[in-house]
Amino acid sequence: MVAVVLQKTRFREKPKPTSPPHPAARREIPVQTARRRAPAPEWLITAIAWIAGIALFTVAWAAIAKFGGRIPDPLTVGAAAAKIFADPFYSKGPNDQGIGWNVLSSLKRVGIGFGLAAAIGIPLGFMIGRWRFLSGMAAPIIALLKPVSPLAWLPIGLLVFKAANPAAIYVIFICSLWPMIVNTAVGVRQIPQDYLNVARVLNLSEWKVFTKILFPAVLPYMITGVRLSIGVAWLVIVAAEMLTGGVGIGFWVWDEWNNLKVEHIIIAIFTIGIVGLALEQALVLLARRFSYA
Amino acid sequence: MHNERYLSVERVGKTFETRKGDFVALTAIDLAIRKGEFVTLIGHSGCGKSTLLNLVAGLLKPTDGVILLADKHVDGPGPDRGVVFQNHSLLPWLTCFENVYLAVERVFKDSKYELRDKTSRALELVGLSHAEDKYPHEISGGMKQRVGIARALAIEPKVLLLDEPFGALDALTRATLQDELMRIVGQTGATVLMVTHDVDEAVLLSDRVVMMTNGPAATIGDVLQVTLPRPRERLALAHDARFMELRAAVLEFLYQKQAHKAKLKVA
Repeated sequence: MVAVVLQKTRFREKPKPTSPPHPAARREIPVQTARRRAPAPEWLITAIAWIAGIALFTVAWAAIAKFGGRIPDPLTVGAAAAKIFADPFYSKGPNDQGIGWNVLSSLKRVGIGFGLAAAIGIPLGFMIGRWRFLSGMAAPIIALLKPVSPLAWLPIGLLVFKAANPAAIYVIFICSLWPMIVNTAVGVRQIPQDYLNVARVLNLSEWKVFTKILFPAVLPYMITGVRLSIGVAWLVIVAAEMLTGGVGIGFWVWDEWNNLKVEHIIIAIFTIGIVGLALEQALVLLARRFSYA
Repeated sequence: MHNERYLSVERVGKTFETRKGDFVALTAIDLAIRKGEFVTLIGHSGCGKSTLLNLVAGLLKPTDGVILLADKHVDGPGPDRGVVFQNHSLLPWLTCFENVYLAVERVFKDSKYELRDKTSRALELVGLSHAEDKYPHEISGGMKQRVGIARALAIEPKVLLLDEPFGALDALTRATLQDELMRIVGQTGATVLMVTHDVDEAVLLSDRVVMMTNGPAATIGDVLQVTLPRPRERLALAHDARFMELRAAVLEFLYQKQAHKAKLKVA
C-alpha cells in the first residue's frame, strides 16, 4: 500500500478531481516520503528551463550580432529599450509617437475589427450550425475564402473606404470572421442530443433553450473561435499597418526600417510577441472559466 | 376504469426509414398501465424497449397505433411525463439546484419562493439537500442520477419514465439507488415505466415485468405479475422462494425462448 502511494508521488501528475470522498475515506493516508530524497518541485525545474532557454537564446543572439554584421547585440537593444520605454506615451505629431501609442492604436484597430467580426460572425455561426440548408449555402463560400491571405483584401478595403485606417480595420474584420463563424457553427452542431432531449421533454421555450442550453454549450467553442481570431488578427495588423501607414506598431516597424534603427525593430518584435502572448493568455483564462467537466 | 388504463399503449408500431429501406422496430404493442403501478420493460439489447419508452415520452412518434395518458393523446414530449435518461443528462453549467429549478420553473406558475421550495423538496426527496449548490462534475455518478430523478419528479408528472437509469452505475451504487427508488415511489405513489436489462432489478422493483421479444419487429412476448408484497427487502428476498421463481421465469424467457434469435442476430 505504502509502496503504491510512494510510486504515485513520484509521478508529477496533478491529482484528478474525484467525487466527494466517503467520510470513512477522508482520513489522510500517511505518506512516508521523508526517507527518500524528495524530487525537485516542478516549478523549480520549469524556472530553470526557462532561464536556460532565454540565456542560450541571448548568447546565440550576441554571437550573431558579433559576427553577423548589422544586427545590434542584446546590450544595445536593452539600452535602446530602456530609453523607449522610459517615455512610451510621447507624441510629436502623427509620425513620431511613443511605442505605447503605437501599440494602443494597433490594439484599437484589432479591437474594432474583431468586435465587428464577433457581432456578425457569432450569430451567423449559430444560424449556420442550426440550419442545414444555410450551412450548405455557406460552406463553399467559407471554404473558398478562408485560405485567402487577409492582406489580399486590403486593396478592396482601400477602394471602398478610401482611407487607410478603415481599410486596416476591415482587413482585421475579414480575417477574424472565418474562425468565429466556423467554430460557433461547429459548437452548435456538437451539442449533445441529450441536452436537446431535456429541452424537448420539458417543452422549454425557445428563449430558455437558447440561454440555458445552446449558448452555454456553444460558449467554449466560441471562445476557441475568438482565440484563433485574435491570434490571426494580431499577426495581420502588423502587415496591414506596414502597407497603410499611420500610427501603429506595424507602421512603426516600417518607419524604423526606413530610419535604419534596427534595434528598434527588434524591440518591436519583442513587443508584438509579448502583446500577442498576453492576448492569448487572457483568452485561455477566459476559456478555463467557461469549461465544464 | 380510467385508473386501470392510466397509461395506454394501443396497437403501437414503429418503423424507421433507413437507407437500406424500412426497418420495423416495434409492432403491435398493447400495454395498459394502472395508476400507481410500477412496470418494467426487459429484453435483449436492440429489442426496441428504449424505442417504446421514447414513444411514450413523445420523443418519437408511433407509425401505427396510439398512446394515451390519462385519456389524453400523447402527441410529442411534454412535462406530464418525467423522463430520467440513462446518462443523467444534467446540464453541466448549472448546479444541481438550477438543473431541477429549470424544470420546476417551466411547469409551475407559482411565486419564485414556492418554485425554490418545490426544487428543494425534490432534492430532499432523493437525499441530496447537501449537494444543491454543487455542479454535476463535482458529484458521483449515482448522485447525478438522483438529481435526474429529482428533476423528473419535481414537475409532478403523471408517469415517470426511466430509461435504464442505473445501467451506467457500479453494482453497489445501483443497489442503493434501487432501494431509494422503491422508497421514493412508495412515498409518492408514482406511476412508473422503466426500461432495464437487469433481471434482478426488474423483479425487485416491479409490479409487472413486460418481456419483449427480439427485434426486428419486436413485440411483447410475455408479462409477468410480480406478486411479492411491499415494502420489499433486498436481503430477505435473496433467499425468498417466490422471488427466485419469478427471477427464473424472466431468465428462462430471455435465455431460452429468446436466446436462439439473439444468437442469429449476432451471427
